[in-house]
Amino acid sequence: MSRDTQIREQPKTHEVRIRVNGEERVTEVEARTSLLDWLREAIGLTGTKKGCNEGACGSCTVLVDGRRMNACMILVVQCEGSAVTTVEGLAGPDGELHPVQRAFSACDAYQCGYCTPGQLISAVACIEEGHTGSEEEVREWMSGNLCRCSAYPQITAAVMMAAEELGR
Amino acid sequence: MKRFTYDRPQLEGGAFSLLEQPEASVIAGGTELLNWMRLGIAEPDHLVDIARLPGWGEIALDGETLRIGALATLNKVGEHPLVDAHARALGEACLLAASAQLRNRATIGGNVLQRTRCVYFRAEAPLTWGCNKRQPGSGCAAIAGHSDDAAIFGWSESCAATHPSDPLVALACLDAEAELHSASGVRRLPVCDLHLSQVEAEAEGEDGATAENRLERGELIAAYLIPLRPASRSTYLKVRDRQSFAYSRVTAAASVELEDGVIGALRIALGSVAQRPWRLGRAEQALVGERLEEASLLAAIERDMEEARTLPGSDYKRRLARNAAIRAVMAAGA
Repeated sequence: MSRDTQIREQPKTHEVRIRVNGEERVTEVEARTSLLDWLREAIGLTGTKKGCNEGACGSCTVLVDGRRMNACMILVVQCEGSAVTTVEGLAGPDGELHPVQRAFSACDAYQCGYCTPGQLISAVACIEEGHTGSEEEVREWMSGNLCRCSAYPQITAAVMMAAEELGR
Repeated sequence: MKRFTYDRPQLEGGAFSLLEQPEASVIAGGTELLNWMRLGIAEPDHLVDIARLPGWGEIALDGETLRIGALATLNKVGEHPLVDAHARALGEACLLAASAQLRNRATIGGNVLQRTRCVYFRAEAPLTWGCNKRQPGSGCAAIAGHSDDAAIFGWSESCAATHPSDPLVALACLDAEAELHSASGVRRLPVCDLHLSQVEAEAEGEDGATAENRLERGELIAAYLIPLRPASRSTYLKVRDRQSFAYSRVTAAASVELEDGVIGALRIALGSVAQRPWRLGRAEQALVGERLEEASLLAAIERDMEEARTLPGSDYKRRLARNAAIRAVMAAGA
């Protein structure tokens, strides 16, 4: 008997209720579907980027129930009842940029831009957590987001600027 | 990633029965397991998600013990006031691990069950070199190859891997116990005895490369119990290639009880030098009654370091570990 036939009968897909950027969704997924692949491939939210797919680069960072996490390291089936925020959910309904987005623009905090969606989400969380007391603290708490163009000084400045605007 | 079934039991009893399935694996945060599944290190047919077991993530005082639920995330442990007050080395170790994102997901139960970061082990299958952990009997490419991550204590010819966890080293230094739950009940095991060096595994008749810990099949870490020692102060030191978000070269946790500048009790654990936390038992005993001074620490710690056996690439760790231990003890006592 092959290993595949030993797997006991269970539906091939799972129904998951998940809220994304404020919109309630009910989705059918295979258990092995990562939150990252689902966001990008199933519902077309390609702002969240796939870099390393192993939790090392931070380009897939999203908020899950308000906390920043690597979407590549989460299965959709683990998200039943959760609320997810991606970079597409940062701007206001009228398209007005989030203060963190404005600060990244003002500080020129990117070059190629591939890591930027993850940096933005991570920065929003970093400010919310209160880890913006100094440039050193920002660098430590933003270290999960790699920037291979090495825009780190500008990213740090943008996080500090946005934190000040947000009163943190 | 190959297909698997997925269940999320509501209560721990349900988890134990699901874990009786062959090729079943536990998932909580998943930050380690999902990478194993992508690389072919693990290929479970069934995942049992324990992430929502009620009460398993709580941190609380229980009499003379600080109880840390296994599902507490590394950030929760690292930023918890009770941990800061009673187990500072553990809180520091948690916040020096991984990145802010991973620490929001990774649990302290799963963290100590990470496997080695040895580059010959952690690669996508099929491997074209020997690794006795991945393919028993295939040899150890690290011992003859790039050995700068290798163990300097307790390793054997079959494998020279180290354990990469930071919190594990702090828990070992603090004399924590692991509370283990299974279908047959609850038992406690000192965290210092949870993992095996390759030499210990072989001495117990197990395979030196693949027998990594003393958990029984179907057994879960439910919590850690840390004895309160109001007179002790502890700290954790991590030495690595870059300042943040990197695995360690060497780490040291120290807990010191001082009476008028004299050492009343001392515990030192080294990390990334063996496949288990490495306590410096000789120094811990010899230094009681001594003043807290670098010279006396150096002499005592050197005696523990005599046991080290290094490879060409790992020889630097002997001195680095000694110096890290001295710095950690001095910082804990400062």
